[in-house]
Amino acid sequence: MIKVKNLHKKFGDLTVLNGIDEHISQGEVVVVIGPSGSGKSTFLRCLNLLEDVTEGEIYVDDQLINTSKVNINEVRQKMGMVFQQFNLFPHLTIMDNITLAPVLLKKMTKEDAVKKGHELLKRVNLGEKAQAYPAQLSGGQKQRVAIARALAMNPEIMLFDEPTSALDPEMVGEVLDVMKDLAKSGMTMVIVTHEMGFAREVASRVLFVDQGMIMESGTPDEVFGNPQNVRTKLFLSKVL
Amino acid sequence: MTAFQEWVSNFSNLFYKCFIREDRYKLLVSGIGVTIKVSLLAVVIGILIGMLIALCNLSKRKPIKFFGNLYTGIIRGTPSVTQLMIIYFVVFATVDLDKWIIAAIAFGINSGAYVSEIIRAGIMSVDHGQTEAGRSLGLNAFQTMTRIVIPQAVKNIFPALCNEFIVLIKETAIVGYVGLMDIQKAGDFIKSATFVAFMPLIGTAVIYYVLIKILTLLFQRIEKVLRKSDIR
Repeated sequence: MIKVKNLHKKFGDLTVLNGIDEHISQGEVVVVIGPSGSGKSTFLRCLNLLEDVTEGEIYVDDQLINTSKVNINEVRQKMGMVFQQFNLFPHLTIMDNITLAPVLLKKMTKEDAVKKGHELLKRVNLGEKAQAYPAQLSGGQKQRVAIARALAMNPEIMLFDEPTSALDPEMVGEVLDVMKDLAKSGMTMVIVTHEMGFAREVASRVLFVDQGMIMESGTPDEVFGNPQNVRTKLFLSKVL
Repeated sequence: MTAFQEWVSNFSNLFYKCFIREDRYKLLVSGIGVTIKVSLLAVVIGILIGMLIALCNLSKRKPIKFFGNLYTGIIRGTPSVTQLMIIYFVVFATVDLDKWIIAAIAFGINSGAYVSEIIRAGIMSVDHGQTEAGRSLGLNAFQTMTRIVIPQAVKNIFPALCNEFIVLIKETAIVGYVGLMDIQKAGDFIKSATFVAFMPLIGTAVIYYVLIKILTLLFQRIEKVLRKSDIR
């Protein structure tokens, strides 16, 4: 579903990604872990070209996307993204946050989008908040709305960029629960996170990224239970 | 007669002389009309130019950015009286347009430079995450700008824009230089005709004050509506 070949990303002189090859298949839940500054968020942001790629190729559904021939907006419609800082639109109600993109991009009529919005809000346990504004919600509620907003476009893939890192500890659980349900429903997901327990429980595969490269890749049992790479061992000994 | 009574009768005599006799109040009333006409058209022109120059200043293309900087630089670097006179006596010297329209164009050109800085700051004040969120949903750059960034920017810059509008109204008090009879010029005219300085000048000040007070109250109303989504 997503194929990454020899991905490099430089910010000026700073090399953040240094040759990443990766293949993510349909239905996989890939959790990306690694120390801060390792390039894991940049890797995720390259997948929908929120960062432009310095070198290498990214394919989505066998289509090369980092070329000027491709309409990136259409590709992004298939890829939902959830941000660390939620990035809800503060001037719109929760319902308008959810329906803006599908209606504007003519994926649905307004009525269908609102109906779908109510379903999605129910799914993330925020059924009664449709007419509230983002400022009236807690962090955990905002992030669940952000997930619902991304799902409203019926994406094939969901990207999560440290979705719980900006949350108060007692709100982490509610967001992870929504993500677990989503994983169970068969959604293809790529998740950058520091929640090792969650990674262990939900991931079908874990990637350990350090110094802009994938140092280790395997099932949670393999990576957490019997890490092969020295850096993985060092990192896990610090965080577990 | 007590001192107070004396003062009152003196005041009413002056008031009569300056505003009532020879229908002098009519000068001020038509002056209010001129001030409002010029200000309103200038605001519209100023906002249009401001948006254009803000986009120039935010552009990544060097020549466009240079033009934007040049524009704001020249306008901010020269007095508005000079600009008004250049526009009136040089640029539009041979063009047959109503005086007040030419004046409004001059003030619009002037205001545009300040408005562009306000708009630029407003667009930059919207967190970049908002743009990323819009783009990640598949909206194009234009849709993201018009549906997500600008509505938030407008809310952020509304007080600054109102302030600019108020400054502009007061700035128009120099239109007398090109022969328009606005509030200020009307007051000045009455002063010359009656040889009384106090009454017409204070009257002029009061009219400007009331005009701007009304506007301020209106702006506050609008701002309240704009702030609706901030209620916690």
